Amino acid sequence: MKVTIDAARCQGQGRCFGIAPEIFDFDDLGNGVVIGDGIVDDEELKAKARLAQANCPEHAINIEGN
Amino acid sequence: MTIKPPVDDFATDWDHTDPQWVANPYPIWEDLRGRCPVAHTDRYGGGWFPSTYEGVAAVANDTENFTSRTVVIGNGRPGEDAPPAPIGVAPPISSDPPFHQIARRLILPAFAPGPVNALEPQIRELCNHLLDEMGAGPNINAGDDFAAHIPVWVIAKMLGFPDDDRDLFREFVHIVLEGVDEPQEQRMVSFQPVIEYIERQIEDHVANPRDDLTSYMLNVELPNGEKLLPEHIFGTIILTLIAGIDTTWSAISSSIWHLASHPADLERLVNEPELMPLAVEEFLRFYAPVSMARLVKEDMDYLGCPMKKDDWILLGFPAANRDPAVFENADQFIIDREVNRHVTFGLGIHRCAGSNLARLELRVALEEFIKRFPKFELSDPAAVTFSQGQVRGARFLPLTVLN
Repeated sequence: MKVTIDAARCQGQGRCFGIAPEIFDFDDLGNGVVIGDGIVDDEELKAKARLAQANCPEHAINIEGN
Repeated sequence: MTIKPPVDDFATDWDHTDPQWVANPYPIWEDLRGRCPVAHTDRYGGGWFPSTYEGVAAVANDTENFTSRTVVIGNGRPGEDAPPAPIGVAPPISSDPPFHQIARRLILPAFAPGPVNALEPQIRELCNHLLDEMGAGPNINAGDDFAAHIPVWVIAKMLGFPDDDRDLFREFVHIVLEGVDEPQEQRMVSFQPVIEYIERQIEDHVANPRDDLTSYMLNVELPNGEKLLPEHIFGTIILTLIAGIDTTWSAISSSIWHLASHPADLERLVNEPELMPLAVEEFLRFYAPVSMARLVKEDMDYLGCPMKKDDWILLGFPAANRDPAVFENADQFIIDREVNRHVTFGLGIHRCAGSNLARLELRVALEEFIKRFPKFELSDPAAVTFSQGQVRGARFLPLTVLN
């Protein structure tokens, strides 16, 4: 699974790094950023990534693969 | 206060200050979603109220057709009196692109999670101080003696205004947000002390610069190397004061009101503190305090409605949060709801700049409150009051502490 944030959509709602701080962090403006290359292998973390995606009000999180 | 005729049909004559709407707006919104997703009113000079998530999202994300130059509905259209976009009276909330982005980027770092989270120990200490002052009960007032104080203290600290002026701030917030019924002239008179107070604080910061948001705005430079205009600084201070205080106060007091009237949820939260992050999001969804306004830029048909230039749009984020098209069991409070795409902090470029701060204050306030009072109930459910206008929350909240 590869997780990315569409920076053009992200408005800094803060849901992703609240739900999955292992995958997401924030920048100086409070916008979400993906930690590292965004590759997630662990099943528990994959579920967290999907939950973050389902909670993003701006639909700014993209997930490729399973 | 002017006496207004009661609302007969909210679909054609809505009024967000109507006593029925103030007391319990949710059945009204549910009814509107079912039969006319966008309601109209001739009040306030004319306006529209989209009651669905889809309608709210469409307007919130559309800065081409709608302007933010006035975001609080007043009596009559703002017309030419309102300062024009792009800056507006309280940047960046009242700004349109492209100036909006410049003004927003200036303040976002102050409200990013890094500096905000650093306030947690002080907020926790403040909550405990307030709880100490409230005593052991059995009769306590969770609105006036607890919820109201937390955001006032936090905002005064961020702006670098004296702690001793906290009661004054609360009065100002009341004047600006709950005075929408007043005629425009009376509103200008009521505003005067607010203006004078803020000007005095700015002067003091010019003479005695310090490490706070006010001094930051006095020193910061725009991308073109210019300093902020005095009215920009003044406007952003007004925004911080107004947007940061009774909003969070409302979220805290409504959440405590819920726990006081739903003992099973209170017991679960006390016994399972790890639920708090999910509970906070559900409190935010279910009791979203804030509705914002937009103005229609030009005559157009939009969402199937014949909108006229300068018509108001009431952006009901709290109504969007109850839309069953987006939320399962939307009308039920589910304390461990996992999928919760609420729009309590707005959508798009005007996402509440203080959302990280609000979330922190709400979480810490609830954690400390239920730690101190693990069991409580409403002393008199009928005595609880709610604020009117575009910020909704419990105000008078008398509780009885139980053993």
